[in-house]
Order: sequence, then C-alpha cells, then structure tokens
Amino acid sequence: MANYKSVLFEQMIKDFAETEVKPLAAEVDEQERFPAETVEKMAKMGMFGIIVPKEYEGAGGDYNMYISAVEELSKHCATTGVILSAHTSLCVAPILEYGNEEQRRKYLPDLASGRKLGAFGLTEPNAGTDAANQQTVAVEMEDHYLLNGSKIFITNAGYASTYIIIAITGKTPKGPEMSAFIVEKAFEGFSVGKKEKKMGIRGSATCELIFENVKVPKENLLGKRGDGFKIAMKTLDGGRIGIAAQALGIAEGALDSAIGYVKSRKQFGRSISQFQNTQFQLADMATKVAAAKGLVYAAVNAKQNKLPTLSVNAAQAKLFAAETAMDVTTKAVQLHGGYGYTREYPVERMMRDAKITEIYEGTSEVQRMVISGALLRK
Amino acid sequence: MKIIVCIKQVPNTTEIKIDPVTNTLKRDGVPSIINPDDKTAIEAALQLKEKCGATVTVITMGPMQAEKALREALAMGADEAFLLTDRAFAGSDTLATSTIIAAAIKKLGADVVFCGRQAIDGDTAQVGPQIAEHLGIPQITYAAVVDYCNECDALIVKREFEDRYQTLKIQGQCLITILSTLAKPRYMNVWDIVAQDEKEIGLITFADLDLDKANIGLGGSPTKVKSTATKQFNKTIETLELDPESAAKAIVDALKERHLI
Amino acid sequence: MAKNIFVFCEQRDGQIQNVALELLGVARELAEKTGEKVNAVLLGHGVTDKADELIAHGADTVYVVDHENLEKFVTEPYAQAMTHIARKYEPSVILFGATSIGRDLAPRLSARLRTGLTADCTKLEMDEEGNLFMTRPAFGGNLFATIICPDHRPQMSTVRPGVMKKLEADPARVGEVVAESVEWDASKFAVTVLEEVKAEKGEANIEDAKILVSCGRGVKNLESAHELASKIKGSAVSSSRTLVDAGLMDHERQVGQTGKTVRPEAYLAFGISGAIQHLAGMEESEFIVAVNTDKNAPIFKVANLGIVADAEAVFKNLNKLL
Repeated sequence: MANYKSVLFEQMIKDFAETEVKPLAAEVDEQERFPAETVEKMAKMGMFGIIVPKEYEGAGGDYNMYISAVEELSKHCATTGVILSAHTSLCVAPILEYGNEEQRRKYLPDLASGRKLGAFGLTEPNAGTDAANQQTVAVEMEDHYLLNGSKIFITNAGYASTYIIIAITGKTPKGPEMSAFIVEKAFEGFSVGKKEKKMGIRGSATCELIFENVKVPKENLLGKRGDGFKIAMKTLDGGRIGIAAQALGIAEGALDSAIGYVKSRKQFGRSISQFQNTQFQLADMATKVAAAKGLVYAAVNAKQNKLPTLSVNAAQAKLFAAETAMDVTTKAVQLHGGYGYTREYPVERMMRDAKITEIYEGTSEVQRMVISGALLRK
Repeated sequence: MKIIVCIKQVPNTTEIKIDPVTNTLKRDGVPSIINPDDKTAIEAALQLKEKCGATVTVITMGPMQAEKALREALAMGADEAFLLTDRAFAGSDTLATSTIIAAAIKKLGADVVFCGRQAIDGDTAQVGPQIAEHLGIPQITYAAVVDYCNECDALIVKREFEDRYQTLKIQGQCLITILSTLAKPRYMNVWDIVAQDEKEIGLITFADLDLDKANIGLGGSPTKVKSTATKQFNKTIETLELDPESAAKAIVDALKERHLI
Repeated sequence: MAKNIFVFCEQRDGQIQNVALELLGVARELAEKTGEKVNAVLLGHGVTDKADELIAHGADTVYVVDHENLEKFVTEPYAQAMTHIARKYEPSVILFGATSIGRDLAPRLSARLRTGLTADCTKLEMDEEGNLFMTRPAFGGNLFATIICPDHRPQMSTVRPGVMKKLEADPARVGEVVAESVEWDASKFAVTVLEEVKAEKGEANIEDAKILVSCGRGVKNLESAHELASKIKGSAVSSSRTLVDAGLMDHERQVGQTGKTVRPEAYLAFGISGAIQHLAGMEESEFIVAVNTDKNAPIFKVANLGIVADAEAVFKNLNKLL
C-alpha cells in the first residue's frame, strides 16, 4: 500500500490554514465571531471526521493527522484550532471509544461529516479543577434519565448539536456516582445560556448550558452507569493533546511572525535581526517550540499505540506546550516593540490566545498533579 | 462520460531564484506542484462529474516522482490515475510529448479530455491542441466556463480571447484547455487523502503504447534547445531626480525592456 | 524545397491586428539573410481588401482565403485553410502572433504538419542556411532559451505581441494578392459558435495583475491611475493603507500587512512612502518602480528604479506617452 497520506494531508492543511483561516483570524477575534464559514468548509473536507472509521462516514485517518490539523490551524487562528479539538477530542472520541454500536451508528456519521458539531460538558461553577464536586444530576426514571443542572465554559456551545454531559446519577461509598450521557441540543429543556466575554480565542463560542428536566433516553447513557468520571478523565487525556497542539501552533505562529518582522524592521540603520539580543531571543523561542513539538507528538504516539504512559505524556505535552505558547508569544510581542502591542500585527492576539491553553482542559497546576502523581505512585 | 485530465508536475517557479555566481537556475529544494491551470482542469472535471455523472481519470507524463501529483489529484476526488513513464519518453518536446499522451488517451479511451491552458515552467500552451490533433478530435482552448447542457447532450464552453469571448457548443469527443480563472480548485479532502493510499497508480510505458520511436523522445522532437541564458536585469537600485516627462519616459523604457508593455 | 517566410496575419472583425504587422516587419529582416520572400496569409470573410495594408507593411504576396467558414475564429476551419497554404507552398517558416488565436491555431497546425513549434518568442534570428533561431523566456522569465528546428520544415513560431517592430506603411510598395480556395472537410466542423461578445474587460484582481499601478498618500486623484491601468494590458490599480482608510480605495485593492501580498512582474509605486507594513506586501515583486517627492522615503530602498518626482505629474506624462 502506498504511503502518501501524511504528506498530502500536511500539504492540504497548510494550504487551507494559510488561505482560508489566516485572512479571517483578526476579524474573528475583533468581532468575537464564530467562524461558521470556515467550519462549513472544514466539514466538506472531512476534517471533523479525521479519526472516525469509514463505516461511520469518517475518513479513517489517524490521530497524527488530527493533531497536525489542530496545530496548523492554530498557527493562524487558535479559535479555529479549538473548535476542531473540542469537537474531536471531547465528543467524537468518547463516542468512538465508549459508545455502543447503536450509539456510534446514530451519532458518528453526522459528527464525522460535520453535519453536526460536538461539544463536552464537565465544568460547573463549583466544579472546575475539583471535577468531582458536580451539581448536575441525572435521576433514573422508567425509560429515561431526568437531567437537571448547568455547565459552564462550554466550547462550541450553541453551535454544537451533540453534547457529552457528565452528571451525578447516585452515590457510592467513595463519593458521588457519575455517568456520561449523549445529550442532543434538540432535547426539550436543554438551553444555552450566556456567552462568555473572553480575553482570547474570542471567536470560539464559550457558553453556559442549562438543563431543566431534560429527558435523556436511557440508550443515551455512554458506557456504563458510574463510568462517568473515568470517561471524563480519559477523554481529557485525549483533549489535552489537542490543546497542547493548539498551544504549539500558537507558539509557532508567533515565532514565524517574529522572524518575519525582525528581518524587515530596521533601527539604527540596520535590520533588528542583526542584533544579538534578537538572535538569542529567537534561538530560545525556536528551541522551546521544538521541545514542545517533541512532547506533543510523543503523546500522539502514546495515544495511537495505547501506551499506559498516555496520561503523563498528554499532561507533559500540554503543560510544556501551553507555557511555551505563553512565553514565546510574550517574547514575540516584545520583539515587535510598539507595533506588537497593536492589532496591526497578529502577535498581540496570539499572546491573548495563548493564556487559555494554561487554563482549560486542566490547568497547568492540574497537569503537574497528574505528572507528579504518576511519579510518586511507583 | 469518461473524462481524462492531463496534468503536469512543475517546479513552483515563483520560488526559483537565479544563482548569482553561476548564473544558472537554482532548482534544488524548489517544491514541485501540480501546474496551476492543470489543477483547475481537475476541478473542472470534478464539477462536470458532479453535474452529469462521469469518471475522472488523471494522467501525467514524467519521472516516478510525478506520482505525487497524481496522488494529489486522487485526494481531490479523481477516480483513477496513470503515470506515463519511460526512458524512451525523455527529452520530448511538445510535439513528441503530445504524441505519447495522445497514444495513452487512445488506449484508455475518453469522451472528454481536459488540459490546463499552459504550464508555468514552459508557458507553451501547445501540448493540449497537439494532443487533440493527434486524436483527430476538436479542441477548445482558453475555456473560462465549461457547462453541460442536458437537453442537447453537449458541452457549452465560454472561450476567452483578449478582447472578447465566444460561447461554443460541442457535441461528442473533444479536448478543452482550461483557464485557471474557471474555478478555484478544491482542496484535497480527508476521505480521499486516506483512500488514495489504497489505490494503485497505473503505469504506462513505451511497450504499452502504439508508438514509433522515431516520433518520441529527444530523437523524435523536431525542436532542439540550442542554448539557454539567464537574463540579468539591472537589479542595482538607482534613485534618479527627474522632471516628470523624463520620469515617464524612463518608466516606459524600463517596462519595454522587460517586455511588460 | 521549402522556401519563403509566411506570416499568419491575424484579423479581428476585419481589423488587421498590430502583431501581424510586427511579424511582417521581423520577417523582412529574416528574409534579408536568405533572400527569401515574405508572404502574408490572410484568413477571414470579407477581408480581401485588407491585403493592401499587408503589402504596405512588407508582404510580397498575400494569400487570401476569404470564406464564410472563416467569419469567426474557430480552430478547425482556420487549421484547414492554413494546412492548405502550408502544403501547397511549402514555406520554410510560418510565424504567428502569440495571441489567444495564434496559440490555438499554431500548435494544431504543427501537429498536423508534424513539425516543431516554438511558443511566445521574443527574439528571432536567421542564418544564411535559413535556420531560424527562436528565443523565448521560460521559467517565468528567469531563463531564456534559444530553440532551433533543424530537420523539419516549416519552422514554426508564435511571437509575443509588442516585441517586434513593424515597418512604416509604404503605400507605394508593390505586391501580389492571390485568392486561394480551400477544399473544406465540413465533417470536422464540430464546434458551433453560439455567440461572440466583445468584452470591456474590467481591472484584474491585484493578485493576478502582471503590473500594479499602486498609489499612496502622494496621489490625490485616482482617475489618472485608473487611466494608466486601462492602457497597460494585465494591469490593475492597488494602493497603500492610507487610501483605503480614507475611503478612496476598496480594501480588496490594499497591498501590505493588513491587505494583500502581491508579486507582480512590475510594481509601480506612486506617492507611496513605503512603511514596512506596505513593503511586506510587495517587496517580492519582480521589478519595482517608485515615484515619490521625498528622496529619503523608504520605498526607494526596495525600488529597482526610483524617481524623485511628483507622482501626479508623472501620471500625466505616462498617460500621454502610452
């Protein structure tokens, strides 16, 4: 069998990101506008079903392709990167991994072809890092679960039709029993609440989800009752690779922009790229980016090969890539000087976008807990 | 309907630089791409396929590395692809090239043949019409729109000239050369990117075709390259203080020297 | 034996095209080397009276096929007429203008005659033995190749319009006009012309334009810029951000960091100072001309030809010249 798919995919995604995504990035940020036209194009090109097998209308591609897509998109527009990441890692992946055949047949084709967008709801006002402190409850009735409560900071909210929702279904001696559900936007009693006004990734829709006596059919229970916490944590392992790729992309985009700028900017009669400070800054930035890339693709490898180190690999990739994104974008703004602080150049946006990667899908502190926890458990 | 699209893999000439020391083209590291007009020809074929149902076969002549261009076409949605490759084909000028490609098209069979208008590395625009002549089928060049008319089972083509356009109707077999303004070529899609790895590229060599060696390759090419030279424009930067009339004249002269006006 | 230089003299709506006259001019130069004749081929319907113009510009004999099949340009009838001439008179050379007609017809004919064809030549030379040296740009103009066609006749070439010099018309020149009749094979006429529309072409996209007439703060009146662009084929008007912000230009036509990146064959910057945001969008242009009153303007650092002058005054003179 031939082996051109990685090369062709890379070529396609670079071309697409530069031609379709980059020109919209500033506008999407400025107007806090969900880039629906880009999402539609991506859907037609099969990008929402990269990792979904062909029998569910997916492309049957690999995780590597998906992650490089998030990376390339995020080089130019972190908003677009996270739309793909949240859809794929947080909705498609858990259905693929924990869904039964009926659920896969029902939900994956629409998600893979991009006819419907996916999202995931775990975080609540009082359950952020302390994910076990959930308030949303799903009470088992005769033929359905009755869902009540709310979720916050939900990426793709409103635009997504299919949501993976974690809710409390009972008690166990160790604490609350959590379960995962596939909830459709069309279910009665489901509504989307206020939209957050954010510092960065401003085109991405981040909203509250409200459940008022939502009847979720029993066949929409994902995995077994009580599997919710495990599914959430495993899903976030995958999600973290996506966010790590987003962070990596932001850092690469800022580095590219800085290189371009210092070559054209002249001060004291010469290009500022000739100053040693500039050169050393760029060297440090590029080295960190390369290290982040190594960690991201090590995590991809762990995911593809189902290695037991996945949680740690994903946490390390996200921790390092996110902090690299913050550092590199800050340096890039500094190299741009006053212009870097204006919206004429993309680096100020990238700096704002970078910050979220240190926070969502597990803060950097959570990643450190995951990593150290694994070290000390041995 | 069976559509054959002829494409060419070309160096991305916008990235070619001249080595200032040796005064030769620096082709190393210059990426190869599908010739832009040819990529639009693929798009035109895929649109026609969507409109009236067709199979789209993409062919190219070149070294084994040209397989990538064919695979890109498959990843855009073409159904099958063939690579015409043989030592005997090397050194062919446009007439010899068109002879070989025409023989391959005859072997594969086609109702409609699409080519790009011209290739960015040669800019000759000759191979398309020459293929049509070898096949004995009509040609339409400089096509800006290609549409299928259901009632008349014919293609309706908008043919551009410098100062006008014609709307042409053509029934039956034909060859059309496509302008890149016809449509923006679609991106490769993920489904076909993955699926193309499972497809074989058909190889067509001299032995597969009804060809006379006297008409192909270097020996079968009527035209020969006698010499090549890189033209050195005055790249030195000069700033002149001129009155408006001489300034205008200087600009016109500079543009004329470069054959731009 | 093949002899004489034949020129396909393109006409549109009965108007002889400039390139045809240019080809007659260069053909005369070539013919001097070998003492051959320069013969024109005029195809069309109701065009016979145009033959005198061709003689005045250097043709010795004009072969005319005046037939309704040639009313509008369609490849096959034109190819049949040219094939008839080529087979009957066995020219040593046939020249075509590298227009959308010449570049359609010439390759068709070359394949029918099984001879070589060189496209889009910018220089033609002949040796005493009658070998034609055809020089043409390749690789986007980075390279020039000289092509020969040693063993096949006719030697065929399409020649870029505007490159060769036409001769002054000499109404006293004497030449012969020969009416040709062609045995048409109408069974090959598969293409029907449904309509032919003369188009007023609007300006090209700035990314597609070969030449950009780009204006900045130093240009107050854009009309002269548009007038200039209308006179240069393949050109368009673009601008720096200043004019876009002032509402004088569409954002579509803005070059620079927040606009488009362009790489035309020539970028003519009028009244543009050249802030780096602007330079980022155009410095890769093949040839840059800058006109600005401030001789310290940064645009001059990237210009191949910089002229310290008033942009509007230069516009006026350019529009006069072209």
